[in-house]
Amino acid sequence: MDYETPRFLDCGEAALSVEFGDSVDPAVNARVLALDERLRAAPPAGLRETTPTYRALFLRYEPLEISRAALIAAIEALIGTAGVEAAQPAARWTIPCCYDPEFAEDIGEAAALLGQTAHSIAQLHAGADYRAYMYGFAPGWCYLGGLPQALAIPRRVSPRGPTPPGATLIGGALSLIAARPMPTGWYVVGRTPERMFALDRTPPFLVAPGDAVRFEPIDAKTFLALDARACAGETVARQETLL
Amino acid sequence: MSARLLIEAAGPGVTIQDEGRFGLSRYGVTPAGPMDLGAYRAATRAAGADCAIEVSLGGVTLRAEGATLCVAVAGGEFDIRLDGRPMPPACLLPLAEGARLALRAGGSGAWCYVAVGGTLNLAPTLGSRATHARSGIGPKPLAAGDALTLAEAAGAPLEPLALAAPWLTSSDAPIRLVLGPQVDYFASEEIEAFLSARWRIGARSDRMAYRLEGPAIRHWRGHDIVSDGVAMGAIQIPGDGAPLALMADRQPTGGYPKIATIIGADLGRLAQLRPGEDLSFRAVDWDEAVAARRAYFASIEAGATREPLGAEMTTESLLAENLVGGVVNARD
Repeated sequence: MDYETPRFLDCGEAALSVEFGDSVDPAVNARVLALDERLRAAPPAGLRETTPTYRALFLRYEPLEISRAALIAAIEALIGTAGVEAAQPAARWTIPCCYDPEFAEDIGEAAALLGQTAHSIAQLHAGADYRAYMYGFAPGWCYLGGLPQALAIPRRVSPRGPTPPGATLIGGALSLIAARPMPTGWYVVGRTPERMFALDRTPPFLVAPGDAVRFEPIDAKTFLALDARACAGETVARQETLL
Repeated sequence: MSARLLIEAAGPGVTIQDEGRFGLSRYGVTPAGPMDLGAYRAATRAAGADCAIEVSLGGVTLRAEGATLCVAVAGGEFDIRLDGRPMPPACLLPLAEGARLALRAGGSGAWCYVAVGGTLNLAPTLGSRATHARSGIGPKPLAAGDALTLAEAAGAPLEPLALAAPWLTSSDAPIRLVLGPQVDYFASEEIEAFLSARWRIGARSDRMAYRLEGPAIRHWRGHDIVSDGVAMGAIQIPGDGAPLALMADRQPTGGYPKIATIIGADLGRLAQLRPGEDLSFRAVDWDEAVAARRAYFASIEAGATREPLGAEMTTESLLAENLVGGVVNARD
């Protein structure tokens, strides 16, 4: 559900959640990102950090510098004058992704569950336009909205073993690029050579919340070549600036 | 030889912390930082340091090399020995070349901070020196054989001094919290049960979360929420009804309802509780939480006072009997 006016929920005395809805929904997320963008462009004194998530913007603030009431008034003024229209993606990323079963460990399992073939999963996944909703769980774990309905898949009852680095996963109605190996209840349907998080690179993170994302299918040979280049520090995803 | 601090022995959970890695939660980066910010500030400000060694119940043994180092210690009531001589749990001391400083779990408290005056040769990662072991960001946890070198060492006091810092005093007053952000996921009887229960810190508690043992708290709107941001001190109720207080190494977002959030002024007090210790909660409103925050940070800003060691501190036999009493007297 998309709330008409946001809810302001205290997270202790020094953080506030501005909640725009109660579901994972592109329209709700667009409002979150629009407020995030405006607050970052003109942060009220005392605002320390904003964290966009699917349906809420989390704000850390110093209540000895700005009261809760003044912060809420500043947010309402920003929403009031700017309306609630969707934030536009700042950039579009084309991320190479290998759907070869050698790199897409769970694609056969997902195909059986979805009544598809591995090939059709790859085609559907790479044919969709995604939006980076949020990062969460671990550095560089980027959650993507826009997964085709035909690929919506219930999460596993118990997690599978750690994913390879760069695993591209599907779970629920979302896709995810998992920067670092972790056990997960999602399904690995591809793998990108791009490093979503690399401490030795400036910037360490490529995709910003709100950016548009597409996957470009690559074969195993191309994966290995791009992986070597990415490991040497090169950015192998392509970026178009939109704003 | 440049000044160094050698780690001769270290229990688990000895890490470098500064105030935390902020500004990158939007990329999934955990802030980390000290479990007890008040104790951290007492130590770092007394020594003139911009980061500290956070010591857990396993303790640590340190030795100075190349210079006399200015070292401040503050935190729970740990057992602190300078070349075998007992020190008060909060102190500022000269650590002479070759001298040994040993910290062990003492009468109470779970975390203690050792700050070295000057500048440590530790490059920041993503703007901070805080260790977040789980994601491998920041310095590695310290182990026996490690050495921290100083680019610059601050001057040390001539004699050890006791630090009197009222905010380090432990108390069994209820831990205060503000209800929410998902308090509406719980029926009023469940909120009442949560606030009236006596809770115990569970054994599997760490820098990420403290487990609270007590009655199961049931949700009436289900235990799954759409993931949202998580503050330090948020009390999350997962599906099994056993609350988790999310601490310095929390994930920046989470998908379980958070019934309440511990106020900033009481986070350090919660952090200093050990597994097996009891606590209770008291709900306060935003104004009361901010008033407590103002008083807490004003006290920290005023700083710890330095006092010569009491006579009993020089007599080991007396001290072994009455370490805690001696310190309380010094604060009066």
